[in-house]
Amino acid sequence: MPSDDEKLLAVFPDPAPIDVARTLDLSGYSWKAINSSQALDKLEPSSGWFGAVVDCSQDPESAWAICRALRRRDNRVDRIIVLVSGAQLADLEMRDDMFDDFCLAPIHPRELDSRLRHLFYTEMAASRESLIEYSGLILNTETYQASFGGKPLDLTYMEYELLKFLAQNPGKVFSREVLLSRVWGYEYYGGARTVDVHIRRLRAKLGEEHANLIETVRSVGYRFGQSKWG
Amino acid sequence: MIEQQRDYVLRTVEERGIRLVRLWFTDVLGNLKSFAISPAEMENALNDGMSFDGSAIDGFSRVQESDVLALPDPNTFEVLPWVDPKGAEARVFCDIAKLDGTAFDGDPRQVLRRNLNSARELGYQFYIAPDIEYFYFDPPKVDSRPVPLDEGGFFDLTSNDITSSLRKETIRTLETMSIPVEYSFHEDSPSQHEIDLRHTDALTMADSVMTFRLVVKEIAALHNVHATFMPKPLEGVQGSGMHLHLSLFKDEQNAFYDSEDPYNLSVTAKQFMAGLLRHAAEITAVTNQNVNSYKRLVPGFEAPVHISWARNNRSGLIRVPIAKRNSDQATRIEYRSPDPACNPYLAFSVILAAGLRGIQEGYELPTEADSNLFEMGDDMLAKLGIEQLPQSLSDALRVMERSELVAEALGEHIFEWFLRNKRAEWRGYKTHISQYELNRYLRSL
Repeated sequence: MPSDDEKLLAVFPDPAPIDVARTLDLSGYSWKAINSSQALDKLEPSSGWFGAVVDCSQDPESAWAICRALRRRDNRVDRIIVLVSGAQLADLEMRDDMFDDFCLAPIHPRELDSRLRHLFYTEMAASRESLIEYSGLILNTETYQASFGGKPLDLTYMEYELLKFLAQNPGKVFSREVLLSRVWGYEYYGGARTVDVHIRRLRAKLGEEHANLIETVRSVGYRFGQSKWG
Repeated sequence: MIEQQRDYVLRTVEERGIRLVRLWFTDVLGNLKSFAISPAEMENALNDGMSFDGSAIDGFSRVQESDVLALPDPNTFEVLPWVDPKGAEARVFCDIAKLDGTAFDGDPRQVLRRNLNSARELGYQFYIAPDIEYFYFDPPKVDSRPVPLDEGGFFDLTSNDITSSLRKETIRTLETMSIPVEYSFHEDSPSQHEIDLRHTDALTMADSVMTFRLVVKEIAALHNVHATFMPKPLEGVQGSGMHLHLSLFKDEQNAFYDSEDPYNLSVTAKQFMAGLLRHAAEITAVTNQNVNSYKRLVPGFEAPVHISWARNNRSGLIRVPIAKRNSDQATRIEYRSPDPACNPYLAFSVILAAGLRGIQEGYELPTEADSNLFEMGDDMLAKLGIEQLPQSLSDALRVMERSELVAEALGEHIFEWFLRNKRAEWRGYKTHISQYELNRYLRSL
């Protein structure tokens, strides 16, 4: 999820349509509702708007005006998604320069989420994965920092990489061999017991109460936490 | 991967606001040495190493080649938890290299690396779990006898005593430094404690033992207590040992395990044990390197005296612990003579070399000595072919200097320097007139 306010989306109109607001919030985007090109300038973050979601289904004229403004301003906004009703599809013609993708209104939340994800894919790929969170454990893959319950967790590089791999795949069981090849890489000539050693070190660092975050699955390997999908 | 490791260390230094990075290495006698660099120098240190004058370090350099390089091992980078809870200092273990980048012969860590590489060429990974004993005393004054902090005994549950809380705090600190603890308890003697570490590969364990000794001492010092790894600080009670649980792994399998054998010991295990037993006397100067070490290796205090092995006889030099059923992973042997004041890098090196020699030459394991050897007379022992460990540092050095195995394992540089240094230690001791002698002889003779 984008963590910094830098990557801010502009949403028209203000107040934002409730289903749009909900979808953006649930998907973890930061956004601000704007109602005019003045508001666009006034609320613009220092790094510029990252993208925009413009609902054309209510007040199409002002909405297209905002799109035009977004494209024409000095700090041009490149990622614009417009919401149009089925009856307005014809409006899209001759306006190709004013948006990058569109979504039918009323929106289907999953569809909007997927379109946003795709639209922002290249720029957000890095930051989207930069925070891995699991019940109090946070791993920041950009800064290599880990914390648990808000307290920094000091890990060695291999401990960090192992925990990262596990936390990225909660609920999944991995054998020692798979962990060794995925985390250490094949060029590592230590044995699979290296994995056991590092698991123990991680458990020790997580502390007694949380050591069971990493479970031993008898004669198979290890599992971190539980799958989000139950 | 090296690139990513460096990056990881540099980012951590930055993110955690590390103000000093301590570069750690070990001299030939097993003392931890350190110099600190600022975070700004860290990148440089990781890429090119930091050069320093090694001639000031015991056993390091001849004068003409005094400059050496400290090469940080990025995988050992850790924030030091006791210095500042916010983590303003970190440490990293270093390998010492010559200026041309090749391994420096005087560096114990490089010596262990070289020995582990020999094992790896045969397909073996060497794993170690030590049981480390030590004492807590009041801070010592010059010429005074050590004062224990409690009178507790083996496994005593003394919830309110300070040494138990010290031990607990020590364990917490060890665990935040990637050193998991298996067991810990109050040992037999007053103020004596034992902490058993979980097994790791031998290089990691040697680093861990160095960290362990520092952590135990630092935590004690924070509470104005002195912790010591001196092998025999008190007369008439047990000394401090560092029993080593050893195993070799090959192709992910415990090479010491054989389900067909009544003891679950493989031929490899038996040959390794035979190697250790045959060369035990030669390596004792390294595993027990101080004059005082030999006051621990006496009958009656659970320390080994005879070169023998048994399954469950704690008077033997090698014990084969009975592993839990179906637990091939846990099959191991316990080598009981080393003390915690040894240099772990060198001790692990010579132990490995002795064991591997047994495997390579196909040594035959002598029969088990399962009765109490301390109760046997010398004739009986001789009949069984059971010899004794060296009885003094001087004895041990005499056996060591004839050992081609130890010379090869340590390398000529350390082998020679060690013998020279330890002979000097013995000379210093030999010429000392002790209180014991004065009490005993001054008036009567």
